[in-house]
Amino acid sequence: MRPQCHAPRRRREGETVAVGPPLMPLAGFLVGDAALLALGAAALVVGRRSAGSSIIYSGALVLSLLLFGAAAMRLLMATPPSTLVLPLGLPWLGANFRIDALSAFFLAIINFGGAAASLYGIGYGRHEHEPLRVLPFFPVFLAGMNLVLTADDAFTFLLSWEFMSLSSWALVMAHHREEDNLRAGLVYIIMASVGTFALLLAFGLLAGSDGGYAFADMRAHPPAPLIAAMVLGLVLFGAGSKAGLVPLHVWLPLAHPAAPSHVSALMSGVMTKVAVYGFIRVVFDLLGPAAWWWGIPVLVTGAATAVVGVLFALMQTDLKRVLAYSTIENIGVIFVALGLSLGFLASGFSAAAALAMTAALFHVLNHSLFKSLLFFGAGAVLTSTGSREMGLMGGLLNRMPATGLFVLVGCAAISALPPLNGFVSEWLVFQAILLSPALPSWALKLLIPAAGAMLALAAALAGACFVRLFGIAFLGRPRGLAAQNAVEVDRFSLTAMGALAYLCLLAGIFPGRLIDALTPVVRALIGANMISQSEIPWLSIAPIAESRSSYNGLLVFFFITSSALLAAYVIHRLASNVIRRAPAWDCGFPDASPVTQYSAESYAQPVRRVFGNFAFRAREHVEMPPPGDLRPSLLKVELLDLAWDVLYAPVIGVVGRLADWLNRMQFLTIRQYLSLVFAALVFLLLVLASWG
Amino acid sequence: MGLIGDLSIQISEMLVVLLLAPLLTGFIRKTKARLLRRQGPPLLQPYLDLVKLARKEAVVAESASWLFRVAPYIVFATTWVAAALVPTFATGLLFSWSADLIAITALLGSARFFLALAGMDVGTSFGGIGSSREMMFATLAEPALIMIVFTLALIAGSTQLSTVATFMLSPVVGLRVSLALALIALVIVAIAENARIPVDNPATHLELTMIHEAMVLEYSGRHLAMIELSSQIKLLLYISLIACVFVPWGLAPVAASFPVHLGGAVAYVGKLTGAGLMLALFETAVAKMRVFRVPDFLGVALMLGLLATLLRFMSRGL
Amino acid sequence: MDRLNFDIAHMFAGALVLVSFMLLYQDRLYALLNMFAMQALVLALSVAWQASIQHAPHLYITAAITLVFKAIVIPVALHRIVARLGIHREVETVVSAVPTMLAGIALVALSMVVMLRVTQGADALAREDLAFALSVVLLGLLMMVTRSNAVSQVVGFMSLENGLILAATGAKGMPLVVEISVAFSILIALIVVGIFLFRIRERFDSVDMQALDESRGKSR
Repeated sequence: MRPQCHAPRRRREGETVAVGPPLMPLAGFLVGDAALLALGAAALVVGRRSAGSSIIYSGALVLSLLLFGAAAMRLLMATPPSTLVLPLGLPWLGANFRIDALSAFFLAIINFGGAAASLYGIGYGRHEHEPLRVLPFFPVFLAGMNLVLTADDAFTFLLSWEFMSLSSWALVMAHHREEDNLRAGLVYIIMASVGTFALLLAFGLLAGSDGGYAFADMRAHPPAPLIAAMVLGLVLFGAGSKAGLVPLHVWLPLAHPAAPSHVSALMSGVMTKVAVYGFIRVVFDLLGPAAWWWGIPVLVTGAATAVVGVLFALMQTDLKRVLAYSTIENIGVIFVALGLSLGFLASGFSAAAALAMTAALFHVLNHSLFKSLLFFGAGAVLTSTGSREMGLMGGLLNRMPATGLFVLVGCAAISALPPLNGFVSEWLVFQAILLSPALPSWALKLLIPAAGAMLALAAALAGACFVRLFGIAFLGRPRGLAAQNAVEVDRFSLTAMGALAYLCLLAGIFPGRLIDALTPVVRALIGANMISQSEIPWLSIAPIAESRSSYNGLLVFFFITSSALLAAYVIHRLASNVIRRAPAWDCGFPDASPVTQYSAESYAQPVRRVFGNFAFRAREHVEMPPPGDLRPSLLKVELLDLAWDVLYAPVIGVVGRLADWLNRMQFLTIRQYLSLVFAALVFLLLVLASWG
Repeated sequence: MGLIGDLSIQISEMLVVLLLAPLLTGFIRKTKARLLRRQGPPLLQPYLDLVKLARKEAVVAESASWLFRVAPYIVFATTWVAAALVPTFATGLLFSWSADLIAITALLGSARFFLALAGMDVGTSFGGIGSSREMMFATLAEPALIMIVFTLALIAGSTQLSTVATFMLSPVVGLRVSLALALIALVIVAIAENARIPVDNPATHLELTMIHEAMVLEYSGRHLAMIELSSQIKLLLYISLIACVFVPWGLAPVAASFPVHLGGAVAYVGKLTGAGLMLALFETAVAKMRVFRVPDFLGVALMLGLLATLLRFMSRGL
Repeated sequence: MDRLNFDIAHMFAGALVLVSFMLLYQDRLYALLNMFAMQALVLALSVAWQASIQHAPHLYITAAITLVFKAIVIPVALHRIVARLGIHREVETVVSAVPTMLAGIALVALSMVVMLRVTQGADALAREDLAFALSVVLLGLLMMVTRSNAVSQVVGFMSLENGLILAATGAKGMPLVVEISVAFSILIALIVVGIFLFRIRERFDSVDMQALDESRGKSR
């Protein structure tokens, strides 16, 4: 039986054509996941050897690249969805797996992130003191994320979700000797469990009274409006807590920095995207037609998350904590775009909904690229200097030139500067906002411009945050001995960072191709898609119509580089090109001590002063010792995370009091225990008697 | 006129922007001096300054990295590209479709990003002060500018600046409240972004009153020339932006004849002169604000921009 | 031409909303009084413009009353009283500037939404004037709620009244506007005087002129 191989036909508008056999069937993905699990088991044995970490990471790299290639192929060739049912798990349900355009896109992102992290880990993992606490769980974490994306029933989904949470928890607890990490692990596991519980309730409501837990059954029976509203809230809570929406974000800045750097990159850049996938899958696919108000809570939460996230990021002095809060901000941006898409979809503007969804998915891709890059850079700095504190760094650009250059590209990309990729997704979101006056709902008409203003504010604050991060850590003079003696990291780490930086540039210069690649995903979710970008001349992108607005990343890049080179050439030829090195001018009073430079806290002081009172009750006070006392005076800055004080502390207090009260049950006499058992038995018999 | 005509318009736009920017600065300085009953430097002094600086050797601090030497060129390139896309005397720019108003705002943001980094590079406290204050102003000025862009886009139906300028020329526009609010907000943002009084004093020698000057304190020679030229181009960009949107009469439409373009050029020089006079008068009449009142000032611009956008969302007539 | 007339009317209404915002933003009493005088001036101009495009001469009288009373007499009187009583020139705010401004924007948006929905069938251009007028009223109320100083409360009340006058002149055919505005102005004058009598009594324990005479200096 000859396999069908015909040349691919040109894809016309509105046609999804399966061209040739798919590269890898769904079973292949499952085999890949099983291989990752086996790799994790093998790590228990191999991990003790000196080259053990390299072997495991190389294995993970190869498997991730294979899975990435397969998923990308499926996406680019617009293969129709395929399903598979395995006889595992619940007997009447089995384990359903499905791979469609949405899953293929997210699988491509996850596995690319996994491959980059594995490549980075080959070099970084050598510095790990307790490899057996990290190596077995790393491939298992990757497998868990892959399984979530291909799950097609509630049981498999939740099982894989928990798998993912637990393996990442184990990785967070890897460096368990530090006090902070223990607390981080505790908060993480509690929040993850609460989130999973919310998702469980959501799926239970979706399954309805007939108990059809397979996603296909849920799609066929959309729930009543009230049930749908409750499911929306629960999914926003459950998936949102994993993604990091305010006020469920409190675990993220604790847990993400605690894990080893390549795992932090995976958690921030990739696991949060799995949560976004969960949200999209339930709300856009399983929940049926959208009601007019669904966009509102998503939009409001997203906008609040974006601003709060970046404001907190500006206040941190730990490199990884800054990046973790910045992840929160970017998740907020993604949810704003998703909220816009829901709002448009509910009112029937499918073209605008497609634009907003494309913007959300593009930002998902962008964030996974530049956040992984920045976490790798933070890991490189940690390896070279032994610290994550910005106050001990400085001047690293001279000592670690390659890392510095790549991190600079990452910082510029995340600040949405053209011609890099961050700008394209911001631009698309703004274009979607400009389409919204046509919406009929007044509430949306009021909230969308406000959300747009908050988004613009978040973008500007992110620029300030990353100027601060790069400026304090990499520029200036070294503030400590470790920074003075830093050396460049190994070539695996550099390759991973360089590849990601290069991709950030490519995604910014050729956005049209990426938008076209996203078309099958958007079509499956929304039912419409943006106009084909490959037909627009000169590789521009024009989301609505060419006459309306367009952007050409390639031309902008070309103009900027050629202007800069032209200026440099003209000046060096016609004027001078001599440089003389001398001590810094510093207005004639140069100070040899690097302490006189700006520190991370002082850089953020103006922003703290303007926004701090409003956002987190920032208070500064100076402790001045009386004259004659030799103690130094201290400036203390207090910041409150309002989410903790308003939401969590009362809840924790109530739970604590309840637990204390229930604790009395530990100290009852034997007679009292027997009477408890007796009372329970009598109660059950009464229930049975009355339930005729 | 075909491709040659369009290309020549675009190239002459780029040259106009580059060559007129120092003249505008010279005119403003001369006017301010005359208002203070001084003679003032000659009109062409900025050109002479730039040439003098470019020919000197650049003294670079020992702790500076490669970013310090590369940043002036990046700042210049991004500012020049942004300015070349703002219609000055003609709306028919060949490459206007490659970057719209949002992209122009972001290009100016890139210039500021690299300038702020350059301020941090040498590791002195002055660079830090300039850099942190500049970024704090940016956190309010950029959203205000985006809101103004939204208002203009909602009125004109596109974010492409040529389309907006052409729309403003047509009689359909009328007086709108949101346009008035956007104008006030844009003037406030322009003052803040170009480091004019009352936000920052471009002629100060006192370090604690500097923001833009503090960031570039360590620069000398050709690097300083590039940065000075970039800030002059940025001032020209903002004035051209206000002129092409709010005072568009005289702009040559797309595919007009050569005399119309010449008329457009004359009108443009007139607009620059008027704007320069008003800026000089304003700077002479008003005192500089203390740094922590500037966020209130910029906050007003952000609120006005938000209000203008909201009004456009509510009602097509406003 | 018709369109231009209404655009100018909208400009005046919009300027009134803008000045009401500026009133919220002021933190010094003298600046507050000057800004209130400016608000009354803009209102007078707006009413005069409405008079000319509606061809309703009685509105000219309203404009004149607003100009004389509210733009000149009351601010000057309050200026003098504040100076004489030496009330410290800061305005104590209950809520700081930023949340107040944000609340102001939200109120403007709310009033636009309400007015534009409620008056669906009415004349399109008058609806927007009414929406702006409601915004000014709500901003005046916001000012009264977020200030704790008596003078600023009075200014807030008067700015609220300005909004009502704008609404009355924008919708055509309200013949009692002149009478109502005179009545309100007298009412306000009485309230202002009353408040300051209170202050005087607080300070000197009496408003009896004979007793107050005793507190004058020895230069008799």
